[in-house]
Amino acid sequence: MPILEGEGVTKYFGGLAAVLNVDFAVEQGEVYGLIGPNGAGKTTLFNLISAALVPKPGIIKFKGVNITGKKPYQICRMGIARTFQTVKVFGNLPVFENARLGALFGTSTGMSATDAAKEAADLLDFVGLSAMSATPAKDLTLANQKRLEVARALATKPEILMLDEMMAGLNATEIAQGTELVNSIRDKGITVFMIEHVMKAIMSVCDRIMVLHHGEKIAEGTPQEIASSKKVVEVYLGEQDDAGS
Amino acid sequence: MDTARFTSKGFLIPGIIGLVILAGLATLPLYGSLYNVVLVTTILMYAILTVSWVMFSGSSGYLSLATATFFGIGIYISTLLLPNTGALLPLLVVVLIGGLGSSIIALGVGALTLRLRGIYFAVFTFGLVILVLELFNWWEHSVSHIRGRFVMLVDNDIIYFIMLGIFVATVLTYYFLQRSKFGLALRSIGENEEAAAHIGVNVTMVKVITFGISAFFMGAAGAIWATKLTYIDPYVAYSVNYSFLPVLMAIFGGMGQIYGPVIGAVIFAYLQEKFQTEFPYYYMLSFGIILIVAILYLPNGLVGLIQKIAQRLRKGGTGEEYADT
Repeated sequence: MPILEGEGVTKYFGGLAAVLNVDFAVEQGEVYGLIGPNGAGKTTLFNLISAALVPKPGIIKFKGVNITGKKPYQICRMGIARTFQTVKVFGNLPVFENARLGALFGTSTGMSATDAAKEAADLLDFVGLSAMSATPAKDLTLANQKRLEVARALATKPEILMLDEMMAGLNATEIAQGTELVNSIRDKGITVFMIEHVMKAIMSVCDRIMVLHHGEKIAEGTPQEIASSKKVVEVYLGEQDDAGS
Repeated sequence: MDTARFTSKGFLIPGIIGLVILAGLATLPLYGSLYNVVLVTTILMYAILTVSWVMFSGSSGYLSLATATFFGIGIYISTLLLPNTGALLPLLVVVLIGGLGSSIIALGVGALTLRLRGIYFAVFTFGLVILVLELFNWWEHSVSHIRGRFVMLVDNDIIYFIMLGIFVATVLTYYFLQRSKFGLALRSIGENEEAAAHIGVNVTMVKVITFGISAFFMGAAGAIWATKLTYIDPYVAYSVNYSFLPVLMAIFGGMGQIYGPVIGAVIFAYLQEKFQTEFPYYYMLSFGIILIVAILYLPNGLVGLIQKIAQRLRKGGTGEEYADT
């Protein structure tokens, strides 16, 4: 049974179909990539899964259970955590409190204050931010804020982690570190569902990739299959006539 | 851990200062004149409104202008239960009912409107003050046919002590709320509500409950304030000044520290009383000037100023206030 699946997931904004009739299935333990040109509906799909938006029509299942219509905090407590494309850290709170909040509120069973503090410290260590735990989150670099979002999401003890463009805006070294981080999250046994524009990163780290275009799923497969798909190449590079325009 | 904060000097010294001030306040009727007792009662009333306003709006970032509504509901409950023809219930019970009544209204209003964000919430809460005022106007005019009500007389010392009790309860509640898991959740909402929701904070519940708690103290203060006013009509009870002044006092004092809103309210209310009696024609004008100066030169209020001075005295202090700026 897939850990996360969507059936006919659709979302209209006015007359525009941001996501149209998308079926997907993320398997336990894999790194599943989601790519597509700007405006393809990738973040909207994440918002639908994390319940920031409600699909209409369509259903989303987590471990076989229909979770459509639940509240974002319930989705999180069930074991689906996410990060954001434009970072949303708690800027005026110290790094440590950011991570501790995830542990205090995001787990299914709740956590004692002592355990939450320990969990936060461990995860800051995991993402490499222990040295900055007293710094207000807004003073971190973009790369570190993104790491903090990962630590905060992991603190909620998710079974699946959704990363929304974690590599965007990072330099080459930071991208390499980010790729490493994704691999070590997978090694913890957490399924990863990631949106990414940085092709090098996504091709090297993903087991399978889904491609969205104008809200519709146009391809799915291993990185090799996706890279050689004519349709995908067309979408990304434009048709022959448009090339170079 | 939180326990570290209790043992550090950061807690001990303000704690001792607070106890000394409290002891001074508790014995005020013994050595103070009647004028001073009444003056401090007024100051305490504003301090309660300001601290309870900051309790919700300071952390959550939701600008509530509904203070006058909850204060006024407390006033009206007291007016109805303590008419000058004879009290229907004991004074303390009425104060409690005033608080609970406001709290229940706040929970209902909050559940309906706390999905409004930013300016929409502020405008709605302001509209609420007008709505409730007009509702009571209509009721007094068309249903009860009573123009102006009189509240029974209560000894000034008793009013003072009850107001002091509510004030202490408000400050303690605010203090423990800030340090609790619940308070942390509220701050995360103020920082970024969407992120808070996605890491498992039940944002609606946290906001509505805090709104309800803050309204309890506003209502309780209103209930006892009614016995000082003695004459009540809807315009007296639901004056929009009670919505705006706490906001100004909080900004003036600064919201970074717990003592900020208290200091802001104390100084502001004191000045208001003094100016109103000594320069009745210029007092609003001088107020405006003080506010403009405060906002231009003290962006973090008096608290910011105090911290700046303290830091300079320590010569590049440790910067331990990381979390509260």
